[in-house]
Amino acid sequence: MDALETRRPTVVVDGLEVEYRSFASGKAAADRPSLLRRQRGVRVVHALKGVSFRVDEGESIGVIGHNGSGKSTLMRAIAGLQSPAAGAVYASARPALLGVNAALIPDLSGDKNITLGGLALGLTPEEVEAAREEIVEFSGLAEFIDLPMKTYSSGMQARLRFSIAMARHHQILLVDEALAVGDKEFRAKSEQRIRDMRDQASTVFLVSHSMSSIRDTCTRVLWIDHGELRMDGEPKAVVKAYNASR
Amino acid sequence: MADIDYRAVAIEAGLPRVGARPSLWRYLVDLWHRRRFATTLARYRLEATLSEQRLGIAWVVISPLLQAAVYGTVFGIIMTSDSRPDNFVPFLVTGFFLFTFFSQSFSQGAKALTGNVSLVRSLHFPRMLLPVSAVLKELYTLAPMLVVLVAILIGFGELPTLNWLLMVPILALMTMFNLGVALIAARLTVHLRDIGQLIPIITRILFYASGIFYSIDLVLAPPAHPAWMLQVAQFNPVHAFIELGRGALQTTQELEPLLWVVASGSALVTLVFGVVFFWRAEERYGRA
Repeated sequence: MDALETRRPTVVVDGLEVEYRSFASGKAAADRPSLLRRQRGVRVVHALKGVSFRVDEGESIGVIGHNGSGKSTLMRAIAGLQSPAAGAVYASARPALLGVNAALIPDLSGDKNITLGGLALGLTPEEVEAAREEIVEFSGLAEFIDLPMKTYSSGMQARLRFSIAMARHHQILLVDEALAVGDKEFRAKSEQRIRDMRDQASTVFLVSHSMSSIRDTCTRVLWIDHGELRMDGEPKAVVKAYNASR
Repeated sequence: MADIDYRAVAIEAGLPRVGARPSLWRYLVDLWHRRRFATTLARYRLEATLSEQRLGIAWVVISPLLQAAVYGTVFGIIMTSDSRPDNFVPFLVTGFFLFTFFSQSFSQGAKALTGNVSLVRSLHFPRMLLPVSAVLKELYTLAPMLVVLVAILIGFGELPTLNWLLMVPILALMTMFNLGVALIAARLTVHLRDIGQLIPIITRILFYASGIFYSIDLVLAPPAHPAWMLQVAQFNPVHAFIELGRGALQTTQELEPLLWVVASGSALVTLVFGVVFFWRAEERYGRA
């Protein structure tokens, strides 16, 4: 641990709690409906119950846990796309999140999504033009690039999103199962890209259910269970404990 | 491990909090840097809606023209009354086109955040770009409508005059007003989705209150109604923009100074309030 203390932290998560309020039906909604009390049948779900950790530059962090354990919520909160109910996230740069459910704009062609994605990432129009060829090439979707993105398979969408996100250097990148739907070849290519980024002193978070991906790419693993940090340590040890818990 | 003061670690390392709302000035600078995102999105959205239909861009003009024709037939031919001014067709079409610009900015602005959840959840950018882009799209849509409007004006004997140039400041003020309304509606819709249900009703009330197919000055003329009613009606900004447009384009319509006051005052107040109101909730929009 003392070797770590001298390194510069890039992400610090301090007592992070996230709640979701949602309208529940059935049993959960049964308590007295009242217009004055504003929300009927609102159920508060504690997705994260106080998670704390620090990450230093050059680390790549695997995040594992069962479905619904709060992994994606943690990623969204670190990216600043989900406001915490308590606690805070501090980061040296704006973390970029690469998720599964981000279809950008489904009605528009892949090519136009490249333009918009690049501009939204803060590239200038010239930089987008310069990066376009590489994005298309990396995604391997050249023949489909003029078709609306809604006609793409989920794997194709993920490839394009990953390629767009990679057009810009990110100090902190969060990859939330975005690679899971890609085929084997693309996965190998993108995992290589993530390792390259890590070597350039970027911090990478990788959420995955593929333990081999985690072991191959990560230097440290967080195990999230029911909204709490259950284990934090060496990939081998954490993966072993996680597998044993099932 | 539980004893580490993470907050102190972060502060010592000089790490800023993620998602903290930037100062208004920084926010606007950031917005300006990414302006190309807003213009590009507006253009692509317009192209996408048009490419799905056979007649494409023609619908931008045909649809409000048909609606204007319906009102024109009902109120200009079937239920004639002396509340319609001379040269009724250009009067009606100018009013209808300008009102469409307002009502579309209002309804599309309200959907700007709730209709783009996947974009909001996946990329970080100043959220204000979305309502700005929605209003820009409506401004682009207005361009072909203005071309048709010019043809109609000339067809009904209203020849171009220097006054037509006044349309530039009028439309600039109206765009500011529409943007302010779109920003307010966008934030309110995030807090309370139910607002979406009220928008068509508010639009309808404003449609009847803004004198699209009748002249407010004629209907609320002093002897029949108390003078205050006309004064109140004249403080409706939407009516002011439409009346100014008519005054600039039609020689039969007057340009009253009070209208300029109402138009510029409401544009400024609405835009400034809208920007601040929208910015203050910037951290909330990701939760949509």
